Amino acid sequence: MGRTLADKVYDAHVVRRAEGEPDLLYIDLHLVHEVTSPQAFDGLRMADRKVRRPDLTIATEDHNVPTTDLLAPIADPVSRTQVETLRKNCAEFGIRLHPMGDAGQGIVHVIGPQLGLTQPGMTVVCGDSHTSTHGAFGALAHGIGTSEVEHVLATQTLPQVKPKMMAVTVNGALPAGVTAKDLILAIIAEIGTGGGQGYIIEYRGEAIRSLSMEGRMTVCNMSIEAGARAGMIAPDESTFEYLKGRPHAPQGAAWDEAVEYWKSLATDEDAVFDKEVVIDASTLTPFVTWGTNPGQGLPLGASVPDPASYGDPVERQAAERALEYMGLTAGTPLRDVEVDTVFVGSCTNGRIEDLRAVADVLKGRRVADGVRMLVVPGSMEVKKKAEEEGLHEVISASGAEWREAGCSMCLAMNPDKLTPGERSASTSNRNFEGRQGPGGRTHLVSPAVAAATAVTGRLAAPADL
Amino acid sequence: MEAFTTHTGRAVPLRRSNVDTDQIIPAVWLKQVSRTGFDKGLFSAWREDPGFVLNQPEYDGATILVAGTDFGTGSSREHAVWALQQYGFRVVIAPRFGDIFRNNSTKMGLLPVILPAETVEALQTRAEQDPKAEITVDLAAREVRAGEITAPFEIDDYTRWRLMEGLDDIGLTLRHADDIAAFEADRPGRLPTTA
Repeated sequence: MGRTLADKVYDAHVVRRAEGEPDLLYIDLHLVHEVTSPQAFDGLRMADRKVRRPDLTIATEDHNVPTTDLLAPIADPVSRTQVETLRKNCAEFGIRLHPMGDAGQGIVHVIGPQLGLTQPGMTVVCGDSHTSTHGAFGALAHGIGTSEVEHVLATQTLPQVKPKMMAVTVNGALPAGVTAKDLILAIIAEIGTGGGQGYIIEYRGEAIRSLSMEGRMTVCNMSIEAGARAGMIAPDESTFEYLKGRPHAPQGAAWDEAVEYWKSLATDEDAVFDKEVVIDASTLTPFVTWGTNPGQGLPLGASVPDPASYGDPVERQAAERALEYMGLTAGTPLRDVEVDTVFVGSCTNGRIEDLRAVADVLKGRRVADGVRMLVVPGSMEVKKKAEEEGLHEVISASGAEWREAGCSMCLAMNPDKLTPGERSASTSNRNFEGRQGPGGRTHLVSPAVAAATAVTGRLAAPADL
Repeated sequence: MEAFTTHTGRAVPLRRSNVDTDQIIPAVWLKQVSRTGFDKGLFSAWREDPGFVLNQPEYDGATILVAGTDFGTGSSREHAVWALQQYGFRVVIAPRFGDIFRNNSTKMGLLPVILPAETVEALQTRAEQDPKAEITVDLAAREVRAGEITAPFEIDDYTRWRLMEGLDDIGLTLRHADDIAAFEADRPGRLPTTA
């Protein structure tokens, strides 16, 4: 029987397989950041263990870093200690680190692909659930907890039980104005926040093939919001073109050898998935969330749902609670929902293409009075590229704030956060209660919708302007 | 980690679905570099509400959390597990768990027990009617017992053995260091390094 893309990558990394035990899987790349690693390094020290492969490990400072003044010390002493702890640990264990202020610094899931470290067929882990981003390259990539971070540091392996395989096939073409973010929000609304639990999702079909690498990363990034272990897309010419010439991509004969191997990774025609979901791209429109989990989303043209319309009592109760938290009334058109803040950035939508989409909308327009808009590049390199293209001037001229790279308001561990009751349209990945600051209310949107929303002050698509 | 064989304790009914790890431990608590002190952060936003179930004195000292479906979704933060354990929980029962949370729990010795939604509901009702009623979670027998309720649960043999022995994964893996070295020796040279 044929094998899926995920089967092939998984099988090629099994170090040891024994009856009645999990497989031991080799990890090709371990990404590290300041939040989920300090206790893991402590564990190594207590057991007198080393990092087995510092040369397969790379660290960056992203979750805590301020996005205003890079030269000033971090004002919050607890954040500062965490960042300093990472620096000490990387120095002690010989791990390459891109600290704040470094040209290579950025969100962990933006810098891996940017450096060409994320390649098809690899296994990639990080103490961060959005590690699924790297699956856009046909890598098997997933988030792990701190115990597993310590395990990978010590052994470069992970005990794993092979997940089941799910195909999400997106047929047809996305209509103009509908982006990768709209697509993944629609997919999550379709399969639910737990629908992918126990699966690796492979995204397939014409609409997926047509996405840029940036768009594919956006889709794979949010696989975790559907509960999936990982999301993957088979590598193709777009993948190879993106990778070619990047600092850590293979070169010369090694490149040719690599491309040949990468081409062999695509799912075999006779492979069977454990579950299949089919979506028609041509019916999609800009999509936004109204609730407090990423599955609570609807087309922008819809209205806030009535909890009574849910047959399932669990969903009904969740919707009631979400509307109360979000301060929304059933039946209100989503286009009437006013926002206070617009956030553009994160590992979901902090790449150059996202910033271009935002600048396209903002060009010649102003952010609405009373609306605060933050634009936070995903990495210093994304920032540099955007500035070379003049995007920062368009963004600043509109009244939005052009910031330094980091996770920023996606999870509000740095000073960028919502105040209680404040409402945002955000290109990030989670609309959980308090995610962007205690009491904050989040609507997940695409970069284009974020920019249009900033202009009107209400949830809007560029076509509405 | 602490071994887990069987545990008897009182239960807290948490009638919410999709309790993500941002609720279990909000991000502000993740800045600590030690492994202790997370009990104060457990559900810290919800605990500001005096009506929240954990604020009810009758549930003081409970050790089993009985929650709605999709418990522990979202962020990979193991701090969520540490917070639950440091607060005093030994078991979380729910119809379904977030994948990474469940993994993290079994690494730390917090037992995630999956039971059908109706059984979870029955256990919640029982804990509401009698907060002093005890539940026994028997990992050896793979069974939850509470008064009239006897509910078998599934857990794979390996994880069960590891939890019952209280074994740490790294030590187990390092017994296969030769296999790892052999695998490494065969890795294609074109694969990237961070050097």
